[in-house]
Amino acid sequence: MLKSPSGVAGLVILLLAVSVAVFGPLLFPNSPWRMVQRPFLPPFTLSTVPLGTDALGRDVFAGMIFGARVSLLVGLVSTLVALVVGVPIGAMAGYFGGKVDDALMRFTEFFQTIPSFALAIVLVAILQPSIYSIVASIAVVSWPPVARLVRGEVLSLRTREYVQAAVVTGQSNTWIILREILPNALSPVIVLASLMVATAILLESSLSFLGLGDPNLISWGYMVGAGRTVIRQAWWITVFPGVAILISVLGLNLIGEGLNDALNPRLSREGR
Amino acid sequence: MSKRVLLGLLLACGLTASALAQEPKTGGVINAVIQPEPPGLMLAMIQNGPTQMVSGNIFEGLLRYSPKLEPLPELAESWSVSEDAKTYTFKLRKGVTWHDGKPFTAADVLFSVEMLKQTHARARNNLAQVDKVEAPDDYTVVFTLKQPFGPFLGIFEVGSMPMVPKHLYDGTDWKTNPYNNAPVGTGPFMFKEWQKGSFIRLVKNPNYYEKGKPYIDEIYWQIIPDAAARSVAYETGKVDVLPGGSVENFDVPRLSKLKDTCVTGAGWEFFSPLAWLWLNNRQGPLADKRVRQAIMYAIDRDFAKDVIWNGLGKVATGPSASTIKYYTDDVPKYAYDPAKAKALLKEAGYKGEKIRLLPLAYGETWQRWGEAVKQNLMDVGMNIETISTDVAGGNQKIGDWDYDIAFTYLYQYGDPALGVGRNYVSSAIAKGQVFNNVEGYSNPEIDKLFADGAVATPDSKRKEIYAKAQKILVEDVPVAWMLELQFPTITRCKVKNLITTGIGVNDGFKDAWLDK
Repeated sequence: MLKSPSGVAGLVILLLAVSVAVFGPLLFPNSPWRMVQRPFLPPFTLSTVPLGTDALGRDVFAGMIFGARVSLLVGLVSTLVALVVGVPIGAMAGYFGGKVDDALMRFTEFFQTIPSFALAIVLVAILQPSIYSIVASIAVVSWPPVARLVRGEVLSLRTREYVQAAVVTGQSNTWIILREILPNALSPVIVLASLMVATAILLESSLSFLGLGDPNLISWGYMVGAGRTVIRQAWWITVFPGVAILISVLGLNLIGEGLNDALNPRLSREGR
Repeated sequence: MSKRVLLGLLLACGLTASALAQEPKTGGVINAVIQPEPPGLMLAMIQNGPTQMVSGNIFEGLLRYSPKLEPLPELAESWSVSEDAKTYTFKLRKGVTWHDGKPFTAADVLFSVEMLKQTHARARNNLAQVDKVEAPDDYTVVFTLKQPFGPFLGIFEVGSMPMVPKHLYDGTDWKTNPYNNAPVGTGPFMFKEWQKGSFIRLVKNPNYYEKGKPYIDEIYWQIIPDAAARSVAYETGKVDVLPGGSVENFDVPRLSKLKDTCVTGAGWEFFSPLAWLWLNNRQGPLADKRVRQAIMYAIDRDFAKDVIWNGLGKVATGPSASTIKYYTDDVPKYAYDPAKAKALLKEAGYKGEKIRLLPLAYGETWQRWGEAVKQNLMDVGMNIETISTDVAGGNQKIGDWDYDIAFTYLYQYGDPALGVGRNYVSSAIAKGQVFNNVEGYSNPEIDKLFADGAVATPDSKRKEIYAKAQKILVEDVPVAWMLELQFPTITRCKVKNLITTGIGVNDGFKDAWLDK
């Protein structure tokens, strides 16, 4: 991982974003919703509001910092939830096969046939926009690929000799899945998960952009959405949070790529 | 120096003189935006804002209203009131014809009154004090009231009481009458065609009773669903008139600066939309008057006016907009004073209980306003949680009284008895409605004042009663009054005389003309 320059770049970006999210609000105790200066103040004019102010005179820089917290939190938590749902379903489907596999995969396909963004919008709209409903709906639309990936891995590992040996020695199914199969199926899942965090951040931003964000929390997508209509008068309200989304998603993708290189034994042996 | 001043004076005088001397020119086509597309144009049955705006130029009422809300002749050329203020006699204009050529007579007025009582909820309310309507001859109509009703001369505006052609509607099923889709009125413009989703076209009524009017040949009401696209349509010259509310507030300054662009806030005096926060008086911390007063002190309403509404409108002083009859500013004042708000909250024993805030889902401006008010209230230590919903969801919550604070704005219709009292008297409390007394305020004294005020004579007595009511209400803060809203109308300057009455564009094309 540390050998690939892009992976390192991604890691640096992620560390930076995480530290901003964790420590930033400590440095800026003021709420990002507070009107602090005159509205539409251009960036780089006042050192107290380095990135200018938005339509109500709120500090864009403070919004970026508090927004990092929401965006990363939603990305990480919803990915975790998706993994918690997707991995067991995929593992059971792959391991037991037959009717269990059929049932679980049809269930998964049911979610996959609905366009994920449309489903997320519907879920958030029905559940009322809040941080919980957003995390839940992103998790609901992003677990199926996990389940399918894990199932595929488990299917191929299921026939390996060491798994057969474990079966012969009378190990319980749970033990075999948890101790023998999953650890070996994990590397592609980790790669997928890092990309899922990026997708989740984008999904959250899109939802907030459409006005379906948590109205009590500032996020990058909200800032872009709220600034969109005044983009002709004040580009900075949309551009800075937009760049923040771009960079953090890029960073996560680079990490995913780096992890893929590092965890794929075939690639590493070829010395890539 | 002095020469210059003199020259300037001369120039100024010359300009004024030439402006006064400007004779209306005939001809031309006007493109105006209508937003949103109206559900229909039959004004007697549909009273949405956009319907009133288009159809107010097709139909007419007995009276028009000046920006000061004085009645002006329209279909009635004169009127008189009896000594006991119970009999109103209207003399109708002679020689008025419907768009299909049939004459307009007193029979049409009688029919319209009967029909509107069934199809028009507000007209039914306004006519509640009417005992009988008679037509002694073809051009006289006499309304007899059960008791004197002060605001009676204020109910004949075209959107409140449009005249309907009896010969086309009598004896038919009103809902399915084919003329609903091609309305026939007496107005200066006739309905021509409606391409759904694209435009509504009105053409000049060549037989209009005021000779020479209207001056414009045709009006195209353009339907453009996206707010940004509406601004662009104006900038590119596709439309010449942007009625109030058709573009977002933050676009107004930019559009106003364009060449040959005129902006006015006039033309809403009859409606006088007033924005306020419903405060749920029934439960929780807001049941305490001191907490409600704290909210008034905590909110920076000048900021809302200057920043969110781009300086348009006026900070409200109480339940009546300043354009409404019997308005008084002799009431307790609530300036922006967070320290006082904090003190009042402390005195009331507020301990950070959660308070839910419902913004109005009418677009950017209202969303930003909700955020600013939330921040104002949080700054004085109130624990506010914003609930985000769509229009229907918000209406349901308000109707179910399932809110603590909720944004709204309502029309006032010129007279406290028509548009103000309904929001504060206890008889107007009913679950499920989003107008009237939603906040659950109940004060027998106020009930009595509004009941007396509606029927009191003479005017000075009414004035006294309403002044008292306003004072009590402002002290009690049943709702938190925010702003008298102003919806600017943006036009090319070549469009002249469009806004001359208290309902503005709604009946404005009668006098409008194009300076080519």
